Amino acid sequence: MYFRTKLKEGVITNNPILVQQLGMCATMAITTTLFNGVGMGLSVLIILTCCNVCVAAIRKIIPEEIRLAIFVVVIAGFVTIVDLLLQAFIPALSSALGVFIPLIVVNCIIIGRAEAFCQKNTVGASFVDGITQGLGYTCVLILMCLIRELLGSGRFGGGLIDITNGFRFTMDGTGAGIQLFPSDYGASILNLPFGGFLTLGVIFGTMQYALKKSAKKKEAAEQAAAAAAAAAAKEVDE
Amino acid sequence: MLSSILAISLGAILTNNFIFSQFLGICPFLGCSSKVDTATGMGLAVVFVMGLASAICWVIDTYILIPLGLAFLETLAFILVIASLVQFVEMFLKKSVPSLYEALGIYLPLITTNCAVLGVVLLNVQNNYNFLESVVYGITGGIGFMLAIVLFASVRERIQFADYPENFEGFPICLVSAALVALAFMGFSGMQIF
Repeated sequence: MYFRTKLKEGVITNNPILVQQLGMCATMAITTTLFNGVGMGLSVLIILTCCNVCVAAIRKIIPEEIRLAIFVVVIAGFVTIVDLLLQAFIPALSSALGVFIPLIVVNCIIIGRAEAFCQKNTVGASFVDGITQGLGYTCVLILMCLIRELLGSGRFGGGLIDITNGFRFTMDGTGAGIQLFPSDYGASILNLPFGGFLTLGVIFGTMQYALKKSAKKKEAAEQAAAAAAAAAAKEVDE
Repeated sequence: MLSSILAISLGAILTNNFIFSQFLGICPFLGCSSKVDTATGMGLAVVFVMGLASAICWVIDTYILIPLGLAFLETLAFILVIASLVQFVEMFLKKSVPSLYEALGIYLPLITTNCAVLGVVLLNVQNNYNFLESVVYGITGGIGFMLAIVLFASVRERIQFADYPENFEGFPICLVSAALVALAFMGFSGMQIF
């Protein structure tokens, strides 16, 4: 139950990118193929979960004044571990993401969660928070990748899916993806920095529209309930 | 020598602008660009810190980390250098140039988490720049950041008079206009230097 509420919070109502507006740089820079997006999302998820657990475990012995420095050291440690593991086991991902893997250190999501959540909560709660927030981040990255890849080059799942010899997933980034229409017809500008800003802007706008609409619906439902209650009360009076 | 320096500077300011083509430092770019004067202050602080950080990190990397075979700890070492550098600059400015310190205010400590600063240091290592090239890349990268943020702040000051869909209020409209500024910067991308 707790996990489900947290999951809804992480993916929709308190999404790290779309609602908290954290961690923009990598979101726009690397979302050109599904392979990059999934790789980056999972790396952040793992680092975020490890850091959350670590910070929550030591939260009672951290002196208030130097907590940020301690958070940064913890984060940098985990980022280095993930960076080295990727270099060793998935070199294609490591070279595709380049400088953005070490830059997870200064990704505001991780330090933001440490400061806002893990400082005050138990290890278990922080673990769940890390996973759900990480999933929220991954979802937005995947959405960006899907839109930019499809409209930009008419492809689906570049680097991650290969269909030349039957359907299979490629973990080394060599899969060509599924070509839905010839890439010449794609708006290749979406693969450039311009497309990053524009796609995220449009997703953001849509999200605001959806949140506003659901808030209005809730309000209307509450008003209707209040009116019904008032009418019932009146009836009782009479 | 001179031509490589010139190529690095023009690249960092225009063709490979940190914000519009490398996506480094987007958070402060969107966060501190609502007014032209705060944007200028932030830009100046970033130029200063990026230049200093490039110099110090180059020295630490070349004379301490590489000889000791600790190159895998670069990220950790660099972020610590940057954090303490920002802290140091803050104390120095507070004591000796209080007027500038007042003007920069909250933006100074925030530079620690600006990915353009850590990014430039890591790129220096990746591109095998020597000391002079690193410092030039740091300073001109900062100037590129400043150019972008000041230009964008003046665009944003005019957005308030524009008539856009109400659901794009706030952040989304900023992103869309940033996209248009990025489109303008793409004009530089065909430029060949030497």
